[in-house]
Amino acid sequence: MAHQPSLPADEIDAGRRGALKCMAWAGTGLVWSVAGGVPLTAGLIGGGAQAAPAATKTTAPAQAGLTFVQISDSHVGFDKPANPDALATLREAVAGVRSLPTKPAFVIHTGDISHLSRDEQFDAADQALKDLGVPVFFVPGEHDVLDDGMGAAYLARYGTGPNGRALGAGWYSFDHGGVHFVALVNVVNLKGGGLGNLGEDQLAWLAGDLRALSASTPVVVFAHIPLWTVYPEWGWGTDDGARALGLLARFGSVTVLNGHIHQILQKVEGSVAFHTARSTAFPQPSPGSAPSPGPMKLPADKLRGALGVTTVTYRQKAGPLAVVDATLG
Amino acid sequence: MSRFISAARVAAVLFCALTGLAQAETVEIRIDNFTFSPAEVHVAPGTTIVWVNADDIPHAVAANDKSFRSKVLDTEEKYSRTVAGPGTIDYFCSLHPHMTGRIIVDAGGSQGSGTSGPAGH
Repeated sequence: MAHQPSLPADEIDAGRRGALKCMAWAGTGLVWSVAGGVPLTAGLIGGGAQAAPAATKTTAPAQAGLTFVQISDSHVGFDKPANPDALATLREAVAGVRSLPTKPAFVIHTGDISHLSRDEQFDAADQALKDLGVPVFFVPGEHDVLDDGMGAAYLARYGTGPNGRALGAGWYSFDHGGVHFVALVNVVNLKGGGLGNLGEDQLAWLAGDLRALSASTPVVVFAHIPLWTVYPEWGWGTDDGARALGLLARFGSVTVLNGHIHQILQKVEGSVAFHTARSTAFPQPSPGSAPSPGPMKLPADKLRGALGVTTVTYRQKAGPLAVVDATLG
Repeated sequence: MSRFISAARVAAVLFCALTGLAQAETVEIRIDNFTFSPAEVHVAPGTTIVWVNADDIPHAVAANDKSFRSKVLDTEEKYSRTVAGPGTIDYFCSLHPHMTGRIIVDAGGSQGSGTSGPAGH
């Protein structure tokens, strides 16, 4: 991850509304400023409340507009050596969210709720997430559509979305605090040799969903597999993701939140800020650094330092949203 | 009498089926490090392909033409399928579609020798 220098505020905001000013990375200790999309910050998870959140504790309550949390890749049911108890670390993540200085308006879960789409795994995850005490909005990961109905079990449980309007494989949108949220599904109808897939129906819906919005509306898009091409050799990207991003190009502030790769990667392109979250279950290697993207086995005392959740705060007047990652330990 | 003939017929069919099975080749394809290995196999018609997941992550096997699809295979779980052929079967992992493999069923009946190759096509 490149360490980017801070830019003068007027340079950052030139020609952009609601531009992203700052993204602070708790896990890596990296803080950088860029031009672009939206984010700027808030709290954390577990006992490891580290550097970056401390700064936000002082600023967030005073200015906070909308704060929400992203949880990803909880893989409830996973019990391999990389983490013998993925439910326990999800519970730790939930406890960490509950202890945030700013209570989030809601939580988004960017998929791989379960490890094998089994009812008991979904049940256990739901039970743990219930303790958040705030609404949770989901998109499926590829591990959530492994039932015989290829996603029917997911839809039966989560398919209504926040407005009772989830469509297709579970996509939907909603508005909160002046921000337009779009939940996309890119883990079904996958094709051999391909990457993640949105499909024509969903893209047509997205075009219609965005049509009436003014270009100054902040947009947050979330989906499981990264919508940008992170590392196609490991399948880390979405074949038709660029078409979705094309539909978002006219907006002054777009934040794209994904999971799937179990680590933080981010970049800013124009007014679009891309961010992937850590898993609450197990880490995966950085792109190309291992023979495969399989679970990374860390010493037990290092595991929680590689897991975490993301907190995002949108400040309407100040412009920036804040994206902060925090480890479990 | 007719009952006896039916029973004999069933026995004969069973015998043939069992004999056929005994003679057929079995070829194992291991799924390791998000790769089908061998990625391409040449087999005789009637060969049984057995996929074994050696990864710590589940995988599944699905034909590109949707003619078959395994249930999800957790670590060390297996899926087997007998290929009739001749022809070429391209398949992929339905969870990780960048993982691809190919089965070439040769009418001539080569001896199920696998050749290793890169996973991607």
